[in-house]
Amino acid sequence: MLLTNKQVSWFKIVLFILALLPFIRLVSFVFLDKLGANPVEFITRNTGDWTLYFLCFTLAVTPLRKLLHMPWLIRCRRMLGLYAFFYAFLHFMTFLWFDHFFDVAEMWKDVIKRPFITVGFIAFVLLIPLAATSTNAMIKRLGGKRWQWLHRLIYLIAPLGVLHYFWMKAGKNDFSQPVLFGLIVAGLLMIRLWWRWFGRDPVVVTGA
Amino acid sequence: MLIKRSSNGIDLPYSSEITPRAVFEARRDFIRKMAVGSIAGTALFEMANRAAFAQNAGAQKLAANLNSAYALVEKKTAYKDATTYNNFYEFGTDKADPAITAHTLKTRPWSVSIEGEVKKPMTLDLDSLVKLAPLEERIYRLRCVEGWSMVIPWVGYSLSNLIKKVEPTGNAKYIEFVTLEDKKQMPGLRSPVLEWPYVEGLRMDEANHPLALLTFGMYGEVLPNQNGAPVRMVLPWKYGFKSAKSIVKIRFVKDQPRTAWNIAAPSEYGFYSNVNPDVDHPRWSQATERRIGEDGLFTRKRKTLMFNGYSEVASLYSGMDLKKLF
Repeated sequence: MLLTNKQVSWFKIVLFILALLPFIRLVSFVFLDKLGANPVEFITRNTGDWTLYFLCFTLAVTPLRKLLHMPWLIRCRRMLGLYAFFYAFLHFMTFLWFDHFFDVAEMWKDVIKRPFITVGFIAFVLLIPLAATSTNAMIKRLGGKRWQWLHRLIYLIAPLGVLHYFWMKAGKNDFSQPVLFGLIVAGLLMIRLWWRWFGRDPVVVTGA
Repeated sequence: MLIKRSSNGIDLPYSSEITPRAVFEARRDFIRKMAVGSIAGTALFEMANRAAFAQNAGAQKLAANLNSAYALVEKKTAYKDATTYNNFYEFGTDKADPAITAHTLKTRPWSVSIEGEVKKPMTLDLDSLVKLAPLEERIYRLRCVEGWSMVIPWVGYSLSNLIKKVEPTGNAKYIEFVTLEDKKQMPGLRSPVLEWPYVEGLRMDEANHPLALLTFGMYGEVLPNQNGAPVRMVLPWKYGFKSAKSIVKIRFVKDQPRTAWNIAAPSEYGFYSNVNPDVDHPRWSQATERRIGEDGLFTRKRKTLMFNGYSEVASLYSGMDLKKLF
């Protein structure tokens, strides 16, 4: 399916608004007092969930683009990646502000002492250079090859995010959701390995 | 189920005659919102919501006199929060689940069998169990192992009353509480998150401590299903999961019981699980807690107290290394 430039622009506007809806919902819940009995827990989980969703969406762009023959999808990837960073940032800020009240020393103790926080923190820190080099100017400055290498960090960040979620749930013995995220991320990474090892585009069967 | 009584010689009004806190809070909230002229639509909607939750429609009253020895002055948790934010894995692992799914629990007829190392094993139906000793209202702090806390007015009596009645033998060193296990009534049992049935336990001297409350009600009403109806334990100096819910069996045993969370994750949940700010959970600190309904987004968490502030239990553990026997 091919879209005109104009159609892609419209698609991106709609996508931008859709991706912002979880945030708008969260803010409205704060004002409507609908965050439930434990607002901090609600916000932490909600922003964490959306970070993982957007990491998956971002990783899905390339496979979908190839499988569905929608090359223009690549033009949405930066936005999706930046949204992943946006929700990760909110997640981190919830931790730093509402949980630790900007007591950086306390927060640091938590980061070092608890592996699931360590892993989540590393994943967040690794997202920062990706967000910072997302502009066209930065791509030019780094050069396409180097930029691409840097942005392959996402292949590390997404599994770390899933591991963070998995360990968080471990003590509650409830693995269904982390396992689902794990399978999705694994699938999205495996398909890339498959393409790498067995030729470029094995799925181009019909004349697209 | 109105049981008229005046223990302690103190003539307090029945809790059912007092306007429930949630209702008068809702009224004040309503007045305030009207006064500031906030967006009326939202306010009215919220108001209606809260009023509806203030009392469990059609819930049976369970009146009891407040035991002044356990009349905390701390602000009670809103009924709505205490009944919609629950860990009760038999009804789902999300804390919002039990309030939605626990309606399938049939709390009548109900009986509790008391067995094991006792001279007088017996099976008591719920009514006989309730009448076994005078009911008291006690306001206890509840500290969840997850780092949040509530203040709840419970209705029940000290478990020691029941223990005395069944006359434990010299072999009875521990007591074990077994929760109902019925897939038809409890959708959460389909998931293997814990070994079912849920088993909890105490050492005999802990079980005999007057604080250990065999509980039938909260907020002057019979327990809502999601809070462990029709009968549960409340052990305010221990993390919440130690207080077994929907109990069908109480066994007196020689050896330390294998308890549900201890089986699932022995490094995270010890047999004793006393509230202890100095022993962290591996994945979070236990030094502080968030009081539900009070410590919101812009309030610091409060310090957790040793034994959740119930220092009278300290003598039970003298000489024990509570860092090892957590």
